[in-house]
Amino acid sequence: MSIFNEARFLIKTNIRDYGMYIALFVIMLTFSVMTDGLFMSSRNISNLLDSAGYIAVLAVGMTLIIVIRHIDLSVGFVAGFLGAVAAIFLTQMGLSVWIVIPIVLVFGIIIGLFNGFLVAKIGIPSFVATLAGMLIFRGALLNVTESTGTIIVNDDLFNALGNGFIPSLVEVNGLHLLSVLVGFVGIALYIYSELSTRRNKVKYGFDVISLPIFILKLVFVSFIIGYITWVLAGYNGFSWTVVIMLLVVVIYHFLSTKTVLGRNIYAVGSNPEAAHLSGINVTKITMIVFGSMGMLAALSGILFTARLQSATTTAGTLFELDAIAAAYVGGVSSAGGVGKVTGAIIGAIVMASLSSGMNLLGVGISYQYMIRGGVLAAAVIFDVMTRKQRG
Amino acid sequence: MSDYILEMNGISKEFTGIKALDDVNFKVERGEIHCLIGENGAGKSTLMKVLSGVYPYGTYEGDIVFEGEVQRFNEINDSVKAGIAIIYQELALFPDLTVYENIFAGNEIRKGPFVDWNETIVQSAKMLKKVKLNVDPETLIKDLGVGKQQLVEIAKTLSKDVKLLILDEPTAALNENDSENLLELLKELRSQGITCIMISHKLKEVISIADKATILRDGKTIVTLDAHKGEISESVIIKNMVGREIADIYPKRLDHEFGGTVLELNDWSAYDTQLGRHVVKKANIQVKQGEIIGIAGLMGSGRTELALSMFGNPKKYKVEGDMQVNGQKVQFKHTSDAIKAGIAYVTEDRKGNGLFLINDIKNNITAAHLKGISQSGVLNLNEEVKVGSEYRQSMQIKTSSLELAVGKLSGGNQQKVSLGKWLFTGPKILILDEPTRGIDVGAKFEIYTIMNELIKQGMSIIMISSELNEIIGMSDRIYVMAEGAITGELSRENTTQEAIMELATQ
Repeated sequence: MSIFNEARFLIKTNIRDYGMYIALFVIMLTFSVMTDGLFMSSRNISNLLDSAGYIAVLAVGMTLIIVIRHIDLSVGFVAGFLGAVAAIFLTQMGLSVWIVIPIVLVFGIIIGLFNGFLVAKIGIPSFVATLAGMLIFRGALLNVTESTGTIIVNDDLFNALGNGFIPSLVEVNGLHLLSVLVGFVGIALYIYSELSTRRNKVKYGFDVISLPIFILKLVFVSFIIGYITWVLAGYNGFSWTVVIMLLVVVIYHFLSTKTVLGRNIYAVGSNPEAAHLSGINVTKITMIVFGSMGMLAALSGILFTARLQSATTTAGTLFELDAIAAAYVGGVSSAGGVGKVTGAIIGAIVMASLSSGMNLLGVGISYQYMIRGGVLAAAVIFDVMTRKQRG
Repeated sequence: MSDYILEMNGISKEFTGIKALDDVNFKVERGEIHCLIGENGAGKSTLMKVLSGVYPYGTYEGDIVFEGEVQRFNEINDSVKAGIAIIYQELALFPDLTVYENIFAGNEIRKGPFVDWNETIVQSAKMLKKVKLNVDPETLIKDLGVGKQQLVEIAKTLSKDVKLLILDEPTAALNENDSENLLELLKELRSQGITCIMISHKLKEVISIADKATILRDGKTIVTLDAHKGEISESVIIKNMVGREIADIYPKRLDHEFGGTVLELNDWSAYDTQLGRHVVKKANIQVKQGEIIGIAGLMGSGRTELALSMFGNPKKYKVEGDMQVNGQKVQFKHTSDAIKAGIAYVTEDRKGNGLFLINDIKNNITAAHLKGISQSGVLNLNEEVKVGSEYRQSMQIKTSSLELAVGKLSGGNQQKVSLGKWLFTGPKILILDEPTRGIDVGAKFEIYTIMNELIKQGMSIIMISSELNEIIGMSDRIYVMAEGAITGELSRENTTQEAIMELATQ
């Protein structure tokens, strides 16, 4: 098989996975051209990623929820409520950031487990159970912010989560050195993991893609990581939000693809009855997935509060729908059992890019909603079409 | 010169490099019942999908001539308009609607812009009479048995002025009585001039009903046999299907000693919490190591329920009585406990609750025993491929790749994946629920051979089956069930189909 044919074959069989990367690339390229490069400027990309952060972490959890054929509508106001709780702990009770964050995350897990309990043990449809949660936490948010209104957070350490950047050791020609280092380490880790995967496969005597294609892939991905690093290093470097986002992706990607737990989650989504008969505890898996969603909702609330440096009475409004949209754009399937964590992040970045790009172009908010809706519909159409082709 | 209603000439169809159909010729005369026979994966379903327009014109080579005209179906509706109707194994009825609503669903009788329900009910009654189904048209579908549902489905097609009726394994889910009724009905329709193509794995049916039988093998037409020339017989069909003669459908087994008792049920009862009644009543069973135990009984006699109640489903089945594995009393809180105790249950409904159809073959094989390919919760994906290829080889799963979604495999290969999945858990007691349902003679033989291999290794097998031949051919001992109770125990040597049926209908 010639290299060209092999490449064509790889693209054809993986079009579903590559689709959104291509979509993201096209969107970015289009906006870059239309804004004379302003879109790809360091400052804009940095802002864009920061604004995607609190939706992206929600989208990761939501993807797993949708994979097991459920939905969680409560996450928006859970995030809003827990963000306000964090603000109250920090300001009115004067607790340290190091205590507040774990407590709020645990609160999130408890709320998530409660949703999971309603869905898995009591058997309430998740749409209804979490709709109730949405109303309850909307009320709870209003309740805790009622007397004070917006709560301003003055804790610099906390606010850095939403606005701050990792410290730069030395600036060289205006480039952020630590960020550059992080980028290099990222590339090194990527190449190392790809090489060891390949070595392992060869050890087992399995087929691997041909060497030229493999090298091409390494160079291409390394270039992308390098380019993003370079762009970010040109402004303030990696923000804490981006670092947290990356951590969430890496951890959840590992969990979902490389562990027994992850495999069980996809099994439950693919066929719950077969999963039960295969000795998988469907109730437990459902609880775990909702628990993780709750935790990520708490994290989202923390990021959002930190970004605004305050907790507002309307925080979290429509986050759940943005997260669901990002998850679908990222390739999750409502039929269950299909959807990747990495896809969710790309989906969130696609949606954030659209907002950012259209803001730069001065597109009115009315058209922005329409266009984002169109992109969501297009993503699902693409999903259905590629599935038809395969099935 | 014969009067052909359908001629399919030189049909070829390829799926990414694999030839599913290779220059197939298939001719059906007006007013005959023509059976289409072949092993799983022989191309029967693909051929029918080409005919019905599921695979549109242009995606295959060759000509379809229907009623003397070359047809170019772009979608299913085109073939329906031409008068071709297919009834699939999985029925396409709406369970919560009435019989008459179902019969005219999508084909409503109108009066102006409104549906004329009175006329619909009158017409439905006529259609029901045609298929000899004596039910009130206002009955809900879900209140009918599978056999009657099948008749409703046929009534539905008849309402559309059908010229060629295609039935895909119509009796697979029916009991003997319903099957016979259905076959009678087909003969009746033949006398009314309706041409019928029937795909079937049950050779007895083919022999009793077919005017002609065409046999496909590996995507090619092997032969068309004519019953009126006395060409159709079981041995001829099997020979042409598998390309070899099978002297005995059941592989020879060397006698071997049984070990001690591995499983024992004493006064075992199961109460179905959803149905609100006992589905298993005071069953007493012993299974020895190395034994194949057959469990016979009619549908609804509680065979599957017995198996599931032993397999750790405390929520669905409240169990009473005593279950012992290797002499120790066990109580399973979850299916995982049963698996840990060395029990495996291969379901009768592999698509419904056995396999993960969208996942690939290796994922399915490891799904019930991820411990076998992981360390402290982290999977070794290479080990998984290795395990997958081992089972692909030992089970002879025919596939182009381990990464193929299981839903794309043929029935026999799916069953092998399902079996492989459970063997990977390393069971001591293997419960097989209808292990050969809907699979062809060749694959059946392979599964029987695997079963014999397994008991030689010291495993014990409990086989639930509706096929009496299979029960008698494979079992060392047979328990017969009726209405949730065990009505008798028979040994292999001195049993007959009649003896089993007598106990099953008690």
